[in-house]
Amino acid sequence: MRALRTSAVAAIAAATAVTAVAGCAAKNDGKGGGGKGTVEVTATDSSCELSAKEFPAGHVRFAVQNKGSKVTEVYLYAPGDRIVTERENIGPGTSAEITAEVKAGSYEIACKPGMKGKGIRQKVTVSGKSASAKRDPKLDAAVSAYRTYVQEQADQTLPKARKFADAVKAGDVEAAKKAYAVSRVGWERTEPVAESFGDIDPKVDVRADGVEQGQKWTGWHKLEQSLWEKKKISGDDKKLADQLITDLKDWQERVGKAEITPTSMANGAKELLDEVATGKVTGEEERYSHTDLVDFQGNVEGAQKAYELLKPVVAKNEPTLAKELDKQFTAIGKLLDDHRDSKSADGFVSYDTIDKGERKKLSDGVNALAEPLSKLAAAVATTK
Amino acid sequence: MTHDNGTTTHDGTAAGDEQAAQTGNGRAPSRRSLLGWGGAGLALGAVAAGGTAAALRTGGDAQPAGADATAGSAVAFHGKHQAGIATAVQDRLHFASFDVTTDDRDELIALLKEWTKAAARMTAGDAVGDGAVGGLAEAPPDDTGEALGLPPSRLTLTFGIGPTLFEKDGKDRFGIKARRPEALIDLPQFPGDNLDKSRSGGDLCVQACADDPQVAVHAIRNLARIGFGKVAIRWSQLGFGKTSSTTPEAQTPRNMFGFKDGTHNLAGTDTAALDKHVWVADGAAKGKESWMAGGSYLVARRIRMHIETWDRTSRKEQEDIFGRDKGEGAPVGKKNERDTPHLKSMLPTAHVRLAHPDSNGGIRILRRGYSFTDGTDGLGRLEAGLFFLAYQHDVRQAFVPLQKRLAANDALNEYIQHVGSAVFAVPPGVRHADDWWGRELFA
Repeated sequence: MRALRTSAVAAIAAATAVTAVAGCAAKNDGKGGGGKGTVEVTATDSSCELSAKEFPAGHVRFAVQNKGSKVTEVYLYAPGDRIVTERENIGPGTSAEITAEVKAGSYEIACKPGMKGKGIRQKVTVSGKSASAKRDPKLDAAVSAYRTYVQEQADQTLPKARKFADAVKAGDVEAAKKAYAVSRVGWERTEPVAESFGDIDPKVDVRADGVEQGQKWTGWHKLEQSLWEKKKISGDDKKLADQLITDLKDWQERVGKAEITPTSMANGAKELLDEVATGKVTGEEERYSHTDLVDFQGNVEGAQKAYELLKPVVAKNEPTLAKELDKQFTAIGKLLDDHRDSKSADGFVSYDTIDKGERKKLSDGVNALAEPLSKLAAAVATTK
Repeated sequence: MTHDNGTTTHDGTAAGDEQAAQTGNGRAPSRRSLLGWGGAGLALGAVAAGGTAAALRTGGDAQPAGADATAGSAVAFHGKHQAGIATAVQDRLHFASFDVTTDDRDELIALLKEWTKAAARMTAGDAVGDGAVGGLAEAPPDDTGEALGLPPSRLTLTFGIGPTLFEKDGKDRFGIKARRPEALIDLPQFPGDNLDKSRSGGDLCVQACADDPQVAVHAIRNLARIGFGKVAIRWSQLGFGKTSSTTPEAQTPRNMFGFKDGTHNLAGTDTAALDKHVWVADGAAKGKESWMAGGSYLVARRIRMHIETWDRTSRKEQEDIFGRDKGEGAPVGKKNERDTPHLKSMLPTAHVRLAHPDSNGGIRILRRGYSFTDGTDGLGRLEAGLFFLAYQHDVRQAFVPLQKRLAANDALNEYIQHVGSAVFAVPPGVRHADDWWGRELFA
């Protein structure tokens, strides 16, 4: 999971918005908005007023004013509460601006005074067509193949997660431990897509430090703590195992409908490496089980898949970048090979056996890959 | 500990005159004007380093009115010698040591070229590449942006090459083993050394000095970022306050023990002394070593100070240990900081006496060290000390004999410990826009 979940969501949303802008430089002429393509959002502690509830598709700007007494946040939701864009921490008496590339359809704007709950909702309609430029068919093929991959990962995760959940429910600590890390691989490979829904990640993959006030700690890491630290399975844990499966089924059902663009694929790949850099290399993600290297490999594999699918375009637009990425993906694979253990249930040694020097090597390898990977989005967003 | 390489010639300037000259109004100077930016000394040093250029980092806010033009100005990047050695010492430091992670010679050379280009831009106050805000919206900006709107702040970036670039584990990594200079030795173990490997050595180094810490940190951060995949930072050190000056008109800054140390440092304007003690002479750089002509050798030592025990030491003992009085910094029995020391009136173990050129056959080094405080050490003690930096024409004839003497005898050893160490060959200056760091070595 990400320590700062919402920033990942925002990044995906921003990436989505950016694609269309780059593709066509679409400009909204402001019809129906509060002038020059701007929709004014006036938030108070009990209301969420809009200057227009219908506006044309394309580049839309929301000028938010918080006239209430509480810190607020504003979301633009597509159907199914998929976050299109959002802005948090808008203090009382302050204003903020949110921009997004919005396609025609029905949406909801939510103001959340106090930054909690479902918020005060307003339905809005976006009319017409956004003038997005025709995309390279190779990129459409990449998106389509990636969508299939994401679905496959969810489909393959469910039986593994059930095995884990069944072991927990049977009170079998050892069997549950063995099934734990492998049940997470599909999730780790495609995490940025799951995170774009906003509500699933905090249920299944939140760590102790990420639980917000009033939120119940559920999901994999709560069970990880019970298995490795408390070394016993409580009645509540058994219920959490069922809940995990319910939430993962929700993911499995929705993941295919996620908004995916070439840019969001590229940014997702970079974010997977961010996950490795901030959570896995430090050993924070799997602090009880020390199975961080399994997640590490999952993140890298997911990033590599996105890259490989985009590669026909990257190799044409930025051949030097493609060469560097090939090299660094190979290099990080070799680094991981140094820590494999055929006797371990998940194929890797326990991360707590890896000393500082070895961790630095892994960290250097992650930087070496993540830096060129951060240039992938631009390489697929621009056409040469 | 620092080496006191005083000259034996008395410069005749009374401290009072010196202060009056610096502030230009005859009043006693404020602490800020002594230790901070400004003053004739800095301007002089900047001129010596190749001229000043009033420049402002592009893409940002205007320089605040009334800003000190000297303090914010740019130091010339190109020249016969690298800047950041004889250059008037700036207030802040970020020093980084790198491991080269690629084994591809061409890739290393490409990096050095890219680094040089970025260094030339940053020292002039410009952003790296397409800047912090100018590039494609979908791409991370080339420049990290925290120096936007800040003046060049006399940033210098000084590049060095460690012994392990030439040979590591018996391997000639980049086909340059035969060109390793004789003077680039592996430093011997000195008595009392307690070196942490992870804070020692390195294949390459960059010393970033600037009057604004953010400018120095920005420079190292961007070079490290450019280097990902080719190099990785091995260790780095921030220095918050200079402990020496290469401008004899300026007061010597105090170290973390509260003392002025290194009063008679080599002056950045004393070209004869620099040629003799700091720069590698053309005649000394023969054959395989010709690439070092006009270069220098850098020794970096992380010296931890036992601050708390020092603070419990009586002033008398503190002064005896240094061989100076604490207030003025005058040598034992003298009145002013720059009075010629009478070594025999000091304890045989006094720091000044042991480090003085007269006790060391005239050896001199150019010191450019900085005080550091990396918070506390987990035991509630200040993690503080001196990050010692010294330039010399030959380590074997300068730092090594000096440090042998100090490590064996210096009374200060009870209060300090050397915990990190590195040595680098510092190539000559980058001559022009197409030149690059290390070109002579890889030619």
